[in-house]
Amino acid sequence: MSSSRISIRKEQRPPKLIDEEGRRVDGRRPDELRPVKIEVGVLKNADGSAYIELGRNKIIAAVYGPKELHPKHLALPDRAVLYCRYHMVPFSVMERKSPAPSRREIELSKVIREALEPALFLEYFPRTEIDLFIEVLQADGGTRTAGITAASVALADAGIPMRDLVAAIAVGKVEGQIVLDLCDIEDKYGEGDMPVAMMPSLGQITLLQADGVYTPEEVKKALELAKKGIMKIYEVQREALKKKYIELKKEVEEEYDKK
Amino acid sequence: MVLYFSQREIVVPGQLLAKGPYKPGNNVFNVGQNIYSTVVGLAELKNNTINVIPLKRTYVPSPGDLVIGKIINVGVTSWQVDIASPYTAILQASDAFLKPIDVTKEDLRKYFDVGDYIIAKVLTFDRTRDPLLTVKEAGCGRIDKGVVVEINPSKVPRIIGRKGSMISLIKSKLNVEIVVGKNGRIWVYSKNPKAEEFTVRIIKKIEREAHISGLTNRIKKMLEEVRLSE
Repeated sequence: MSSSRISIRKEQRPPKLIDEEGRRVDGRRPDELRPVKIEVGVLKNADGSAYIELGRNKIIAAVYGPKELHPKHLALPDRAVLYCRYHMVPFSVMERKSPAPSRREIELSKVIREALEPALFLEYFPRTEIDLFIEVLQADGGTRTAGITAASVALADAGIPMRDLVAAIAVGKVEGQIVLDLCDIEDKYGEGDMPVAMMPSLGQITLLQADGVYTPEEVKKALELAKKGIMKIYEVQREALKKKYIELKKEVEEEYDKK
Repeated sequence: MVLYFSQREIVVPGQLLAKGPYKPGNNVFNVGQNIYSTVVGLAELKNNTINVIPLKRTYVPSPGDLVIGKIINVGVTSWQVDIASPYTAILQASDAFLKPIDVTKEDLRKYFDVGDYIIAKVLTFDRTRDPLLTVKEAGCGRIDKGVVVEINPSKVPRIIGRKGSMISLIKSKLNVEIVVGKNGRIWVYSKNPKAEEFTVRIIKKIEREAHISGLTNRIKKMLEEVRLSE
């Protein structure tokens, strides 16, 4: 990150977010995603795990369970409990973040849980618990959506039955324009941020938040743009899940051919 | 009637597998006539039914299953048994002995102690209460020799093979005893420690390569190449 970006303060004039050619602060077009990379099975101890890089965001998700729930009185008689913890490590942002869960993190944990629950067949495992941990290693805007994306891949990797993967992305309003996938500066100085999560092949939205003011046309346009971005991320998720097994297959076949 | 996968293709949750009057089988769900996968696994069409064989699974007990458990607690009239599942199983003293014993005079620790492995059968499980086990049936009881290996329960059918072909191949070639629990724990015993060790390696290989075709040939080759000195 260049030093000119760090020194921007609120009292100063907000930076120019979209230039004359229609390029954004990091050179993207309004409907362009940051580069996405997803890796599956990065943690040996967890039943399922995933690592996502979305631009400068770096996030790890880990899933444990279904397992026996303690204390037992919290168990639900008809379904599993999904426990979700979203957390930012102290070095994930420029100024040290206290490691204790903040108000924002507790809220995001709830929001992420509710975005994922509709995708899971929790009723297959009554009286149990599924633990989901999302650790943000480096944050650059849109960590909740990237967290949801990684978490759903980790849940699938853990072998938990799901209706669909959940893919998420933020859209927003910057200098009057609807743009896809806000970075940190656009989030801070833009006019609005709208995180969206979807089950793409079922066409259902599981999370929709927004701040800022939008006209009905803008909301429509934003949702359409979000859907386009989500389809791209969904493709990356599916490829990542298959890659783990296809690579092993190649390895085994080569080994066998050598003999 | 449209199929969107080739036989034994790797599919992921939410992937559309077929449209039309197919029957939804295991690990799939349908919205109208659309059939979707619910897990990462291999998709298969058999007799108009669409199944997905999962690559990872959680063991949920079912009555009649043969399982290998580990004693984690001894009570006055029962044992608590870990059966590699989210549900801890109970073995009641009345399901452990052919003749009734007087629990006021006897200590159950004498029979199974904490840390012992047992081969048992699931008596009942209805998801509202913990599963009950029994060791009264033939072949059940405490394990006091050999080793126990743990694999993912989704790979158990591959260890056994079609009509038991894989397991009988290993048994006959290596002269070992094997009991496969439905919960993914496998007991291996042989008088020759090297054969025991080699069997464990074979089991781990099958677990790793279960989704890759030609598994039986690779295992056969491995079995032919090995030299086990007594």
